[in-house]
Amino acid sequence: MNEYRGKSLSWSVVDGAIELVLDRAPCNEIGSESLAELETFTAALPALQKTAHALIVSSARSEGFCAGADLRELYTEAHKVEAHVRADRLRDFLQRIHTVMNAIDAAPLTTIAAVQGLCFGGGFELALVCDLIVADKSARFSFPELRLGLIPGFGGIPRLKRDLGNAVVRDLLLTGRTFGAEKALAIGLVSQVVGEGHAMSVARRTAAQLGKFDRGTAAAAKAFIKPIPYDELRREIDIFCELFMQPAVEEGLRKFVENTGPLPYLP
Amino acid sequence: MKTLENVTDEVLDLAAQHFKVPRAELSPTDDFFKKLGINSLQALDLLTRIEQHFHIELPDYELQDVRDFKTLAERIQTRL
Repeated sequence: MNEYRGKSLSWSVVDGAIELVLDRAPCNEIGSESLAELETFTAALPALQKTAHALIVSSARSEGFCAGADLRELYTEAHKVEAHVRADRLRDFLQRIHTVMNAIDAAPLTTIAAVQGLCFGGGFELALVCDLIVADKSARFSFPELRLGLIPGFGGIPRLKRDLGNAVVRDLLLTGRTFGAEKALAIGLVSQVVGEGHAMSVARRTAAQLGKFDRGTAAAAKAFIKPIPYDELRREIDIFCELFMQPAVEEGLRKFVENTGPLPYLP
Repeated sequence: MKTLENVTDEVLDLAAQHFKVPRAELSPTDDFFKKLGINSLQALDLLTRIEQHFHIELPDYELQDVRDFKTLAERIQTRL
């Protein structure tokens, strides 16, 4: 399936690079629909990567790359069922997300996230599974989960630890603050900061450069450099599920969902 | 070293330019959410512009309980 157009994303192969474009209003929040289509993508990936040398993940939304998990859907769905069913469904959802994230993380081709605007929570986690992040100057990153009484649940902590120093990881997780592209470059999270609106064009030119190298060698180098922290990822799911059942999380989600003021994304 | 008045003026200029509001309509004690008609996502965008303009890092928790331009300028000045 070289081309696909779904409700929340699409993909095509352009000059040897798979271009996966997220496009779900308002800002590519990841819920059940997005997850299903990401699963469709990762199911197609083995065939796609036979001829492609790169994958670029980007967003068609002007608001940003991805604002994270669909908290409204999470809250609504959680209230439809009893507590023990809620826990099982949450774990199932997380395991499915992790399967998708792990597949992209381990893909034997170089992956690039082209980021503009918001890159929060689950969106940040999606960017982190990519080998390179090209961010335009409007990009803003955050793991705000602590504000809801949670930790990142889509694999963010093990991957952040893989990429950054522990002090930086503590700062980002424990303050839950947002930070811009220049800070992201300074701490080694982002490989290139580009002008606004130019992340995709730079990502394409970077992908073109990657196409010059032997694919087998690049895949071997990537597998060597970039271990997948499977044990920690499984532990992250366990901790997230434990925390989710706490009353503070229910209250945090309720406040976010019911907030009609200007401030839901501010601490 | 910039004075608070300098910093406040520059913040007002930035806000007027970015959100396409006449500069003359903005004053230091205005509630910037109401005056600019912005939400939290747009406030984060303004934060990005402020960081780039002043070459500082300004964690968004510095905006806790900050609603007017002058108080925002005070927070910025602590980072200069």
